[in-house]
Amino acid sequence: MEQLRSFIKKEFYHIFRDPRTMLILFGIPIAQLLIFGTVIKSEITDIHIAIYDQAKDKTSQEITHKLLSSGYFILDKNLESLDDIDAIFKKGKVREVIVFKNDFGKNLVKEGTAEMQLIADASDPNTAKLAIAYTSAIVNDYIKKLYPEMHMPMQITPEVRMYFNEEMQSAYMFVPGVMAMILMLISAMMTSISITREKELGTMEILLVSPLKPAQIIVGKVIPYLFLSIANAFVIVLMGRFVFGVPITGSFILLMLETILFIMMALCLGILISTVAKNQMVAMFISMIGLLLPTMLLSGFIFPVKNMPIPLQVLSHAMPAKYFITIIRAIMLKGVGLFYVWKETAVLIGMTLFFIALSVKKFKIRLE
Amino acid sequence: MEEKIITVKNMVKRFGDFTANDNLTFDVYKGEIFGFLGANGAGKTTAIRILCGLSSPTSGEMKVAGFDIYKETEKIKKNIGYMSQKFSLYEDLTVSENIKLYAGIYGISAKKRKAKEAELLKKLELEAVKNKLIGDLPLGWKQKLAFSVAIFHDPKIVFLDEPTGGVDPVTRRKFWDLIYEAANNGITVFVTTHYMDEAEYCNRVSIMDAGKIEALDTPAKLKEKYKAKNMDEVFIKIAR
Repeated sequence: MEQLRSFIKKEFYHIFRDPRTMLILFGIPIAQLLIFGTVIKSEITDIHIAIYDQAKDKTSQEITHKLLSSGYFILDKNLESLDDIDAIFKKGKVREVIVFKNDFGKNLVKEGTAEMQLIADASDPNTAKLAIAYTSAIVNDYIKKLYPEMHMPMQITPEVRMYFNEEMQSAYMFVPGVMAMILMLISAMMTSISITREKELGTMEILLVSPLKPAQIIVGKVIPYLFLSIANAFVIVLMGRFVFGVPITGSFILLMLETILFIMMALCLGILISTVAKNQMVAMFISMIGLLLPTMLLSGFIFPVKNMPIPLQVLSHAMPAKYFITIIRAIMLKGVGLFYVWKETAVLIGMTLFFIALSVKKFKIRLE
Repeated sequence: MEEKIITVKNMVKRFGDFTANDNLTFDVYKGEIFGFLGANGAGKTTAIRILCGLSSPTSGEMKVAGFDIYKETEKIKKNIGYMSQKFSLYEDLTVSENIKLYAGIYGISAKKRKAKEAELLKKLELEAVKNKLIGDLPLGWKQKLAFSVAIFHDPKIVFLDEPTGGVDPVTRRKFWDLIYEAANNGITVFVTTHYMDEAEYCNRVSIMDAGKIEALDTPAKLKEKYKAKNMDEVFIKIAR
């Protein structure tokens, strides 16, 4: 025990004396959270639009007024012909054109259907999608209030409505994602780097010649990062709660236990990487490309898994972060208990055991 | 006959087709300074790594400090010290912290450590820099400290793998003073080197070439046998 204690103490010296490590451990998580929280918002403001109102009746004007007073849109130009549409998109400023067809209001009252066209500049697909979604929702809202019994003829799918909701929920979506990413970064990458550093410097040999057992070396390497990762998870959850207003409706203890499970899984991955990587550069590369990128791209944190091609969907099932994000969202937002996330939890436990077994085997081989 | 502290019989280590250690057989006696000589790539480091338990041999019978190298590695580890050609102290730890770390790893009590640490720092004249980071010290100081740390737990044997690489002759001479002192205190020293002047300091030397031990005797007898003025000539005659 005394052996392990002095080893862990040394590990903390390494961490606290290296400015770069400190920056990664404490600077990056906060920066990431703020960046994701403020920049990657799925909401729009001040989208420039143009309107081609063929009907020019009360209904079309009221809808226009409603759109412009919503705060999301700025009217750039009133168009006079369909030919203008192409030209105005080419100028680049206008992102969406709204066309009210002839007799818009009249048809709506008389036949219950009216035609309107929403055309968006899809060179920026995200903004285009959001602009369409916002417009549809506002129009829908207007019609519903005006004629509660009426059905809108426009294609307003439930999916569109969900996108609209995302404005309020974007923070809810990214906090679990950022948490998964940062824990992966600290636990897996930093552990693998710190172990490979000893290999590179030659101090690992000294440790292996000493009476320290390989398991003690691994535990000693991992424990500091376990604590720091837990501290970071706290910071992220608290920042999510108090800066971005993400509620924790479920059990905080369960949330933390699941987080610790995920950290353990990531630490094992870090050890595994260190047994494969010859030096710190390689360890960093494997962690970045093998862990961080897939965590960001395939876990459903930024891009919905549903929209991916089938091979990538299959691959996403191998992403530990995917299960973690599902669990965290369920606990934080839906407030469910372990009963509802036991499958995902089991998968994470399974992955952890698998990686432990694999790294123990690999570490032994490396000693040869 | 003197007491044998390392016995090696028919040690073989192969990496694929390449034979790094080809049937080595030798003994090391207690308290001697045993020089393990050879050109780069002759297989010195491979052999020392096997004896320290860092690498496992392909075949052969080996005993270190009386313990079997296959079955009693844990006991061997407690009884040996090791200093590699790469540097073995932590650069971002202070002198004192490095000593504390190794004392802790080898299970030396705090009380004993404090006394030994004070004595060691005084001997090496490092008292003034004990709270400085290792990274800020000159190489010669670091090597002396690394050696002292390697024998801090009073091992029976200390393995030194090219310990004096990259330092000037004066510093090397001072380093050897420390080695003599350790040997006088009963610690067996197993040292690899390719500096032939250092070979003269050893009680006995073995000279390796292409994975085989070509000669093993005291420097004086080797010089006589090969009719050479110094170890340099002996080495050149053998390695050619």
